[in-house]
Amino acid sequence: MAILIIVYKSMRFHVVSTLVSAVAIALAGGLLMSVWTVQEEANRVFTGVTGGFDAVLGARSSKLQLVLNSIFHLEDSPGNISAADVDVIRHNPNVEIGLPIAVGDNYKGYRLVGTLFDELLRVEYTPGHHYEVEPPGRPLIDGQYEAVAGSFAARELGLKIGDKFHPFHGLTYDETKQHAETYVITGILAPTGTPSDRVIWIPLSGVQKMSGHDPRVATDASAVLVKLKASNPMSGFQLDLLYNRRGNKLTFAWPIGAILAKLFDKIAWFDRILTFVSYLVVVVATASILASIYNSMNERRREIAILRALGAGRTTVFGAIVVESAAIGAVGMVIGFVIYAAIVVVASHIIRAQTGVVIDPAKFHPVMIVAPAGIVALAALVGIFPAVKAYRTDVASGLTPLS
Amino acid sequence: MNLPGPSATEEACASSSAPLLERPPAPRLPPVLDVNGLRKSYRTPDGDTKLVVAVDRFTLAAGAQLGLKGSSGSGKTTFLNLIAGIVKSDAGSILLNGVELTELPESKRDRLRATTLGCVYQSFNLLQGYTCLDNVLLAMSFGAGRDRAFATALLGRVGLSHRLDYYPRQLSIGQQQRVAVARALANRPKLVLADEPTGNLDATLAAETLALLREACAEQNAALLLVSHDRDILAQFEHVAEFKQLNHPANS
Repeated sequence: MAILIIVYKSMRFHVVSTLVSAVAIALAGGLLMSVWTVQEEANRVFTGVTGGFDAVLGARSSKLQLVLNSIFHLEDSPGNISAADVDVIRHNPNVEIGLPIAVGDNYKGYRLVGTLFDELLRVEYTPGHHYEVEPPGRPLIDGQYEAVAGSFAARELGLKIGDKFHPFHGLTYDETKQHAETYVITGILAPTGTPSDRVIWIPLSGVQKMSGHDPRVATDASAVLVKLKASNPMSGFQLDLLYNRRGNKLTFAWPIGAILAKLFDKIAWFDRILTFVSYLVVVVATASILASIYNSMNERRREIAILRALGAGRTTVFGAIVVESAAIGAVGMVIGFVIYAAIVVVASHIIRAQTGVVIDPAKFHPVMIVAPAGIVALAALVGIFPAVKAYRTDVASGLTPLS
Repeated sequence: MNLPGPSATEEACASSSAPLLERPPAPRLPPVLDVNGLRKSYRTPDGDTKLVVAVDRFTLAAGAQLGLKGSSGSGKTTFLNLIAGIVKSDAGSILLNGVELTELPESKRDRLRATTLGCVYQSFNLLQGYTCLDNVLLAMSFGAGRDRAFATALLGRVGLSHRLDYYPRQLSIGQQQRVAVARALANRPKLVLADEPTGNLDATLAAETLALLREACAEQNAALLLVSHDRDILAQFEHVAEFKQLNHPANS
């Protein structure tokens, strides 16, 4: 097909401007696709991450803060919940598992979370999958100075079974605030893709009784992670009523997914601006194809006249320009996928490091079809402008070089 | 304004020392080119119309070679562009290889040009992004279809077997014009139009290139209509016509 040869030769002949335009398209397309997928995936994954729990009970505060602190291990704890309150929720007939956690220490920036570890192992973080310690490790024993590291924390800190470490006080790492206790790693938690991967688990009493902690609150917990009984669909409403409406001491954050979804709703305008900006970038990049081809039309005038003199029809030279424009878009989108992969891999790593939530960079998303198709179509569309110029090229005058 | 009697070409040839344009021996072939009452005018910037081409009759026999003498600005390039179907005539008839060119829509003229004509220009007009071989092959793709063996043979015929993959800028100007000769013959044309093909070459190169062009056209049974103002070039032709005796824009 003559038109494809013409397009190929022209792209090679104008290789620098072809590549510059293609890279502009690649950056724009890669940006658009990654903004889109990271937003969608983050939204989907974050609102789906519950760690296997339905609710969190904690000190009076915002529900969002409770969820971020207890499920995502971000933010400060809003306060403590007394041993008596822990007991009450744990024995509530609507509650299947009530897992108290205590926070306040870290090891090199990775949070130590005290809990009743045996009970954690009863929880399915996602249907059909329990939290478990990877062999050959073993679960920590309550009351001992033992710890189980989440998989991400273990990898980042280089922790292995048998390693010993001193906890540091506070949720952020300050090397002057070392505790005297020495903990030993007995196992690594199998990867869950939840925030549990980036904390180090120790016994509940370990945090409560850590040297230097206020002995008056030695029986308090930071929060209780609640798994409701599936048999009573009204259990969440009942506890919500009990703690949030009638009580004024504690906050019952339920359901966890909806609380995160509310957060995403609040920042949706930010998503929209980001998406809008990436659309603009695509428009600018496509305009660069238009500019580069249109600017070269004067030098192409003779080339087009020669093609016409050889017998190429007006529609052929018109088509060749449109196809060339679309082809630059297509080449750009091929490179765009590399850029997309790079952005998403980095973004997912950052998201994982900051939150423990795993975003799958290879997950298929319709935007991976829609964006390339749309950009190639847009490139073909802008190609029409120079193509019209090619269509109108006067052969007789084009054949005579300007002197 | 069709003049009776011999055609303008024959008249022109009669005025030179050369004998009348010889008809090929039997079987008598129709002329490859038969122009009648051709008119073309342009609009000047002042808004007037200026008649540029007014050729009453011009014929060229199949396989014939004719040198057409004409000075710059005499309308000879427009005349060639009319024959090539690049420029549309205002009136008259152009029978190219038996096909009435003036009645064809542009797309059909493009197609006829690709299959029937070869062109050689003063400025070579090679495509810079294409190798020698690709220049010839591209011309084929609009006409008879890509034939790599024939393209290679043509380039061999013009002495460029060792330059098939060279780009025009990597060739001397003499070599570039030889590529253009090979390209003009790519679709086994019935007629080759050459517009000052040696205008950019020195005398020795010009003579060599002209000889090559004439031989190659003869071998491919293509008629040759060559326009030039160079006496040395025209002297190589048995038959020469004066364009100003064919073309009478002033008194039409």
